[in-house]
Amino acid sequence: MAEIVLQGVTKSFGKTEVIHKTDVTIDDGEFVVMVGPSGCGKSTLLRMIAGLETTTEGEVRIAGKRMNEVEPKDRNIAMVFQNYALYPHMSVYDNMAYGLKIRKFSKDDIEKRVQRAAGILELGPYLQRKPRELSGGQRQRVAMGRAIVREPAAFLFDEPLSNLDAKLRVQMRLEIQKLHRELKTTSVYVTHDQVEAMTLANRMIVINAGVVEQIGAPLQVYDDPASLFVAGFIGSPSMNFMPGRRAGDGVEVGEGVVVPLPPGIRDKAGEQVTVGVRPEHFVAASGSGPVFKLHVDTVEALGADSLLHAGFNGTLLVVRIEGHATPQAGTALDVSIMPGKAYFFDTATGKRLKA
Amino acid sequence: MVENRPVRDAFAHAVLIVGIVIVAFPLWVTFVASTLTFDQIVTVPMPLWPGDQFMHNYTQVLTSGSEKGSSAPVGAMLVNSLIMALSISIGKIFISILSAFAIVYFRFPGRQFFFWSVFVTLMLPVEVRIIPTFKVASDLGILNSHVGLAMPLIASATATFLFRQFFMTIPDELAEAARIDGAGPMRFFFDVMLPLSKTHIAALFVILFIYGWNQYLWPLLITADESMYTVVIGIKRMIAGGDASNEWHLIMATAMLALMPPALVVVLMQKWFVKGLVETEK
Repeated sequence: MAEIVLQGVTKSFGKTEVIHKTDVTIDDGEFVVMVGPSGCGKSTLLRMIAGLETTTEGEVRIAGKRMNEVEPKDRNIAMVFQNYALYPHMSVYDNMAYGLKIRKFSKDDIEKRVQRAAGILELGPYLQRKPRELSGGQRQRVAMGRAIVREPAAFLFDEPLSNLDAKLRVQMRLEIQKLHRELKTTSVYVTHDQVEAMTLANRMIVINAGVVEQIGAPLQVYDDPASLFVAGFIGSPSMNFMPGRRAGDGVEVGEGVVVPLPPGIRDKAGEQVTVGVRPEHFVAASGSGPVFKLHVDTVEALGADSLLHAGFNGTLLVVRIEGHATPQAGTALDVSIMPGKAYFFDTATGKRLKA
Repeated sequence: MVENRPVRDAFAHAVLIVGIVIVAFPLWVTFVASTLTFDQIVTVPMPLWPGDQFMHNYTQVLTSGSEKGSSAPVGAMLVNSLIMALSISIGKIFISILSAFAIVYFRFPGRQFFFWSVFVTLMLPVEVRIIPTFKVASDLGILNSHVGLAMPLIASATATFLFRQFFMTIPDELAEAARIDGAGPMRFFFDVMLPLSKTHIAALFVILFIYGWNQYLWPLLITADESMYTVVIGIKRMIAGGDASNEWHLIMATAMLALMPPALVVVLMQKWFVKGLVETEK
């Protein structure tokens, strides 16, 4: 159990800085998800916490102690890898026991800890099997078991579910959640999957190109994105963006449609403003507000709801509507934005315009 | 594919049988000759069924060698060959697996340089450097010794290269997981890399044992003393001169003895050998 602090941390490979100055505090017992597109530096950041990568500048602290020069094995952390990284020639039991054997735990203690972890993860019947005789989900459970038996200060997960099929991923997601509820160990979880991030995180850290864009609780980030990147990355299907130009007290987004700017941000908005609307925030056109005259291109009926893809001013908008009221492809559809649900971004900087 | 085409099957079998006969016939003749007396061998045509001299011929070569050629007993030569082949194969595997481990898992200055300099020696056949090697061996005073037989042949670029290629297919995460588990480099090597390389080691052992056993040029140069002869050299020394003076029944018995150990190694380790060449257990 420990708090993890990154203070002014940077990472450079040669002359390229891949992680720009980052300050993050992960509280004791918290489950934090670092999410971002591939290559954004989230894994590098995690590996710096683990000690598998050196820290170029700044300080990594675990449980209040500076860790920059400490070997991974002495950081009191355990890591779960994307490809499981189980020792192929060892049984499930030995895989879990290996770290304890090296640390010279007594035989009884090892037995007790492994059995307990196996109980939590329902691996009891498989202890004598080799990893190759297990399914993907079971292997990942063994990898987690290897982390659990150590009873470390923190778990580090590096995209642990990316190698699993969709159904298993959902199941393992729930198991990881349950596990965290039971053990309450500080956890840092890296993923590129925003659904995993939304469902698992106490707080999530959205990273783009080596920069932390936003830190916050999942719904808070969803409802109140700090930038164009965060707004587009979190949420599926992602937010619709309509680049527009300032026109009086509103933003003209094309075809004569002007979205009014709320009073608080009129002064802050420049000439180029991008308007963002989430798919579920369109409603059938009523009297108030601007009306988008859409032409439905394709319809994806998903059952509970339907996604309409409709052209508007050269971009494709996605509109989410209730499942069975589906208009046909090729028909016209008039929609407007739910009151107060339009997001405004400075097109040049990508920053959200907020009151 | 399950098909029933008797003519084609018969033809395929005929081809295989002819092939086997071509390969096996010389071996058969060798075996038959090693059970005959000298006089029986030189009669024309030579009999193609084994005679009754089996025990006599083999006992004689094993204990006292031939009469007209070299008189060193083949038993001792077999021991020399065995020592040489084992030292070469075990030594090569030991050295090359360690150097491959160093090259793949450690970052040290000149790593690429050392790898390439090992690699470049692959291009030089033994014969090219045999005179300098002899000079070095002679200065070290290891002529006519087991050390001299084996040591100069132990360094192996091929095996180093093979192990390097294998190590590079092992995911980095495995090393990282071991680091987090608290295993130091050597612990990781013995607990993880060595067991994973088992099949490769076995396959290499087979190849290197045969390589070591069949060495001819080097033992020929470095051994002058009969007590250090390997069995391959022994055969050569028994062939003293003209046809009539060679005791072919004894020479053939020695040849049979010389080819048994490599054949045994292959037969006994075949399963491992094939596994090592085709299977990667990850």
